[in-house]
Amino acid sequence: MAVRKAKFFVGGGLFLAALTGLLITGVEEGKAYYQTVGELRAMGPRAEGRRVRVAGDVVPGTIASEGEGKVRFEIEHEGSRLAVLYTGREPLPDTLVDRAQAVAEGHLLQDGSFEANHVQAKCASKYDAAYEETKTAPAAQTPAGRQATDD
Amino acid sequence: MHHLGNFSLMAVVVLCAYAVATSLLGVNKQSSQLVNSARRALIAAAGFSALSVAALLALFLADDFRFEYVASYSASALPWYYKVSALWAGNDGSLLFWTFLMLVFAAACAISRKRDELMPHVVATLGGVILFFAYMNYWVCNPFGQLAEITAAGPIPFTPRDGNGLNPLLQHPIMAIHPPILYTGYVGFVIPFAFCVAALWTRRLDAAWIQNTRRWTLIAWFFLGSGILLGGRWAYVELGWGGYWGWDPVENAALMPWLTGTAFLHSVMIQERKGMLKIWNAGLVIVTYLLCVFGTFLTRSGIVSSVHAFASSEFAWRFLVFIIFAAILSAALLITRIKDLRTENELEAVVSRESGFLFNNLLLLAACFAVLWGTLFPVLSEAVQGEQISVGAPFFNRVNVPLGLALLLMTGVGPLLAWRRSSVDSLKRNFTVPLLSGLAAGVLLVAFGMRHPYAILCFAMSAFVVVTIGSEFHRGVRARRAHRGGGYGTALMDLVQRNTRRYGGYIVHFGIVLLFIGFAGNAFNKDVIADLNRGESTAIGPWKVTLQDLPSGETPVYDWLGAQVLLSKNDEPVGIFQPRRQLDKATGQATSEVRRHATFQEDIYLVFSGVTEDGRATVHVYRNPLVRWVWLGAFVMFLGTVLTLLPNRSPVRRAATAPGGAALEAV
Repeated sequence: MAVRKAKFFVGGGLFLAALTGLLITGVEEGKAYYQTVGELRAMGPRAEGRRVRVAGDVVPGTIASEGEGKVRFEIEHEGSRLAVLYTGREPLPDTLVDRAQAVAEGHLLQDGSFEANHVQAKCASKYDAAYEETKTAPAAQTPAGRQATDD
Repeated sequence: MHHLGNFSLMAVVVLCAYAVATSLLGVNKQSSQLVNSARRALIAAAGFSALSVAALLALFLADDFRFEYVASYSASALPWYYKVSALWAGNDGSLLFWTFLMLVFAAACAISRKRDELMPHVVATLGGVILFFAYMNYWVCNPFGQLAEITAAGPIPFTPRDGNGLNPLLQHPIMAIHPPILYTGYVGFVIPFAFCVAALWTRRLDAAWIQNTRRWTLIAWFFLGSGILLGGRWAYVELGWGGYWGWDPVENAALMPWLTGTAFLHSVMIQERKGMLKIWNAGLVIVTYLLCVFGTFLTRSGIVSSVHAFASSEFAWRFLVFIIFAAILSAALLITRIKDLRTENELEAVVSRESGFLFNNLLLLAACFAVLWGTLFPVLSEAVQGEQISVGAPFFNRVNVPLGLALLLMTGVGPLLAWRRSSVDSLKRNFTVPLLSGLAAGVLLVAFGMRHPYAILCFAMSAFVVVTIGSEFHRGVRARRAHRGGGYGTALMDLVQRNTRRYGGYIVHFGIVLLFIGFAGNAFNKDVIADLNRGESTAIGPWKVTLQDLPSGETPVYDWLGAQVLLSKNDEPVGIFQPRRQLDKATGQATSEVRRHATFQEDIYLVFSGVTEDGRATVHVYRNPLVRWVWLGAFVMFLGTVLTLLPNRSPVRRAATAPGGAALEAV
């Protein structure tokens, strides 16, 4: 009886230890610090080699293909700009267009530019976005509010 | 139309509130009339919910752009079926649809289980849960709001000439069925949840609530799994990044309840047979349902950045309040009933079917925890360290691949273990052939030059599991023939029909093996990116891709530019393919239309990424082995699940070996 219980406890303990080990090494392997363009700049050389995710809006007119899937673009956040060179294997998301919100994952190079191997992008108007952003009569219209409205 | 919609939404709110109040009053006064009235209120609420969905649908089909929701997600040039699917393209409509599906389940349950003694409390629970969603539909995320222009004289109604259009990525046949299927899975778990709460509430804690909800649970589980796989399929054929799973928060949100739901489907078997794990099972089903709601919250809250989440929205905290509230209530219910949940049996041996199930549960929960941990890591790290740290695919793969492999192994081991304890003799008898098969498969793969350890393990285990499943069928057929004679085929049909749950389960397991074979193919993915002039080619293994032409054209919905390529293998032409770039006219968004050459050996996946400044076409070629096995596995799982849902042809005699056998009489 006691022996059997002990077996279960030892087994369970080993399992938990293995899981904890996996979680810790997994985090070490996969972690990326989320930083703004300004913070990344402020870190200077200390940021080199650190895997970071940095977000900003794509500066219009800066997206340029370098061939073989490599693409350069600039992102801007609160006045700071960052030049990004995308060298990842996945095709860039189709949503990466001028003014899109982009998140680039990679690391800062010595010349102050950023090499990304993973980019996510969300069009400003993708989901539930304000209708004002698009097409007709921008400032003049606004949603009628969240309340149920009748005319 | 919107008046009808709003009226119906209000009716749902009122009827759900009525159902809660009346069913509780009915219990109090022991009046079956009141309880019946509450039950009918739920059914009526389902009818009104259907009306509200129909009203919104009518607005979409009529291109009524006075309404913000319609104007945001539709356009007059869309074909009618995408106008229909635009209904759930945004937050408000999808939440409306969610409530409707939940009410369909609730009504079906109220009709079919009308004599169930738990019914009053089930109705109260369902009514209470749905009341929250109905409240959200009417007051917080009402899809019937209209556009207005702010002028000096106040707001006046405003109708744009055309709508914003549907996100072109969502204009795909799979996207017309994936959300309804996924939502059906999400909401379906409300039924076992409600029965569990009712059982706790009334202290009727035998296995009856589990047996009575087995089919509901299976259906929800099945839809959730199918929804996840369809989502993967959509990502693969539509998003154009060459894969079907990216550990995105939204994908994880659906995977988590699927994992705990899978654990539940297995662990209930111990409760049915042995009266053990009662607290565990109640806890599992509560956690599963809360994870379903948490998934909605995650998708809509924007607390973790995701590619395909709804934008961060102000209202999402209400979901969190609901989840916390429901969690506290359920936990309180569980704790106050702990004495009634005492186990009827103890685990007797380390090597037994019971402990096999236990280990399977442990693995599934560990995987769920790991996924939750990784998904919420940015939030957790910010709270603890003040720094937002995200963990990507490497984390999820590092943790979940070994857990997944252990689960795969258990798929083979579990069913061969005897209840109570497995003797050394039976272990030898059952495991010798499968183990040798697995070993042989592993040795062969290494001999043929495979070096990827996880892939070798995965294939070897797959062989092991397939042989165990085969031997289970074979043994059953042999016993049946010895007993009744007849051919092999007849005996097999007979065997399966007499215990659909068991043999259907084996077929689902076989589907899982096929899935894992497909997953293992990922270890050997290769790709190449090339900028090609006409006549130039690029190669990947024996495959060659030659650019022939750059055709272009347009449809009412989009402009397109194609890269026409000739695909050949070992210099034998295979076919001409035309991956495209499309520019949606309504939204101005570009999408890639990938083209695939799929075989069971591998997929050649062609993406046209664009044109360089000097006019060369950038073509991205992926060589993805074994992807087809994933879709095949999904199909086999579908067949197996359908089989487990069928009733047995004639009742199977069960040997009630343990005192817990009492629970079986309720079957």
